[in-house]
Amino acid sequence: MKTPLWPVWLVMLLALAAELLPLPLAVQPLRPAWTTMAVIYWALMWPGRFGVWSALLVGLFVDVAHGSLLGQHALSLSLVAYLILKLHLQMRVFPLWQLTLSVIALMFLEVFVLLWIDGATGRAEFGPGRWGPVLAASLFWPVMMAGMDRLRERLERRDSSFS
Amino acid sequence: MVSSSADSEARAYRNASPGLRFFLAATVCLILMYLDHRGTYLEQIRAYVGASMYPLQIAIDSPAAGMRWMRENFALRKRLIEENAALRREALIASAELQRMAALRAENTRIRALLDSTSRVPGRVVVGEILAIDMDPLRHRVILNRGGRDGAYVGQALLDAGGVVGQITRDRGDSAEALLVTDPDHAVPVEVVRNGLRTIAMGTGDLERLSLPFMTRNADIMAGDLLVTSGLGGAFPAGYPVGTVTKVDGSSGDAFLEVAATPAASLDRLREVLLVFQEPGPEISDGSPAPDDEPIPETAAVKVGPQE
Repeated sequence: MKTPLWPVWLVMLLALAAELLPLPLAVQPLRPAWTTMAVIYWALMWPGRFGVWSALLVGLFVDVAHGSLLGQHALSLSLVAYLILKLHLQMRVFPLWQLTLSVIALMFLEVFVLLWIDGATGRAEFGPGRWGPVLAASLFWPVMMAGMDRLRERLERRDSSFS
Repeated sequence: MVSSSADSEARAYRNASPGLRFFLAATVCLILMYLDHRGTYLEQIRAYVGASMYPLQIAIDSPAAGMRWMRENFALRKRLIEENAALRREALIASAELQRMAALRAENTRIRALLDSTSRVPGRVVVGEILAIDMDPLRHRVILNRGGRDGAYVGQALLDAGGVVGQITRDRGDSAEALLVTDPDHAVPVEVVRNGLRTIAMGTGDLERLSLPFMTRNADIMAGDLLVTSGLGGAFPAGYPVGTVTKVDGSSGDAFLEVAATPAASLDRLREVLLVFQEPGPEISDGSPAPDDEPIPETAAVKVGPQE
């Protein structure tokens, strides 16, 4: 039995919902970048199923949800997915702390791409809302990783094509 | 970390070339961004994708909506009675004010007719609800549960009980995207009530602050001045409160004063807003022919977007 793809997209949907969930004004800048984390996770673990084009599609939905320039998050997320496809064999054997550090580095890179595009279109802004999501995501990454690993392993155990 | 799946996944991965795919993806994104930044070619795509996301947004909004429903339905009888009495008092005061307004409006129309000037009177209003959804943390955008199918249009002004809230920027059919007055991309033409001084109030990205960047050093403005919409530009009906000047600072040595104001609308706890439909007043027909024989397309007439 082949693993269905819908869990990947269900997780994406939940991540997108978590990005839109209303939060008190004070903690809004610290909302973790859930969709970025989910893209990184799936590209890292299932690179054959979740690649650059999937990340681009997710990015388009993020752009529409945020009302940002169409293609902005699509570009930054597909860059992240591309780098992970390149590096996933190295990153998977990292211990957790090292993996978390490299995930933070990728997220900062993503934010730089977003900032660069904002700057090119004359809307550059450096607020806590810019860097807060990365800091919050770095705290949530190990937790999310543990939860997602359980889901993924359960799916893979049922799948004959994996072993 | 290393799972048994790594080998088969790596095999699947080797068949494709991520470099080429990323190159193509980046090209697609750059073209999209260029088109979106330079024009309105992509508004239709955005509207479709946005409409497909409306169920998700409704789902996110539902806990907040449910809480409100519970509060209204399981409220104590005594509290409801008190609230009812308070609302009745308020309605009485408001209708008394309204009677005075009716006389003033009649007088205003008469005087305007004497001056031979046209005015855009705010016509009917429709109540819309703002979905409990956070969008981009760096921007002040909201989603309304009214869209083109309810008659809402791009550029339409939004008000609440306190004053001007913002305007609609994108129509998604059943819902619409709106920009608040405090968004850094937003500007609203205002005038000072005390002396009729006209200027522009820009958003700052802070929900509690507007900025008036174009006040010259000798401008007659001081803290406490009430700012209302001037009606210039046609996007907002004239005479609605926008904010109160809080700070006038001339110490920076620039050619312009630094003037800050607080918005009149309570933007941090918005739930219901009024969508204002403006009806053009009696038009002056000066008999001059239109510069072109071609009829002006309807889209050009309503295209009053945010300042960018």
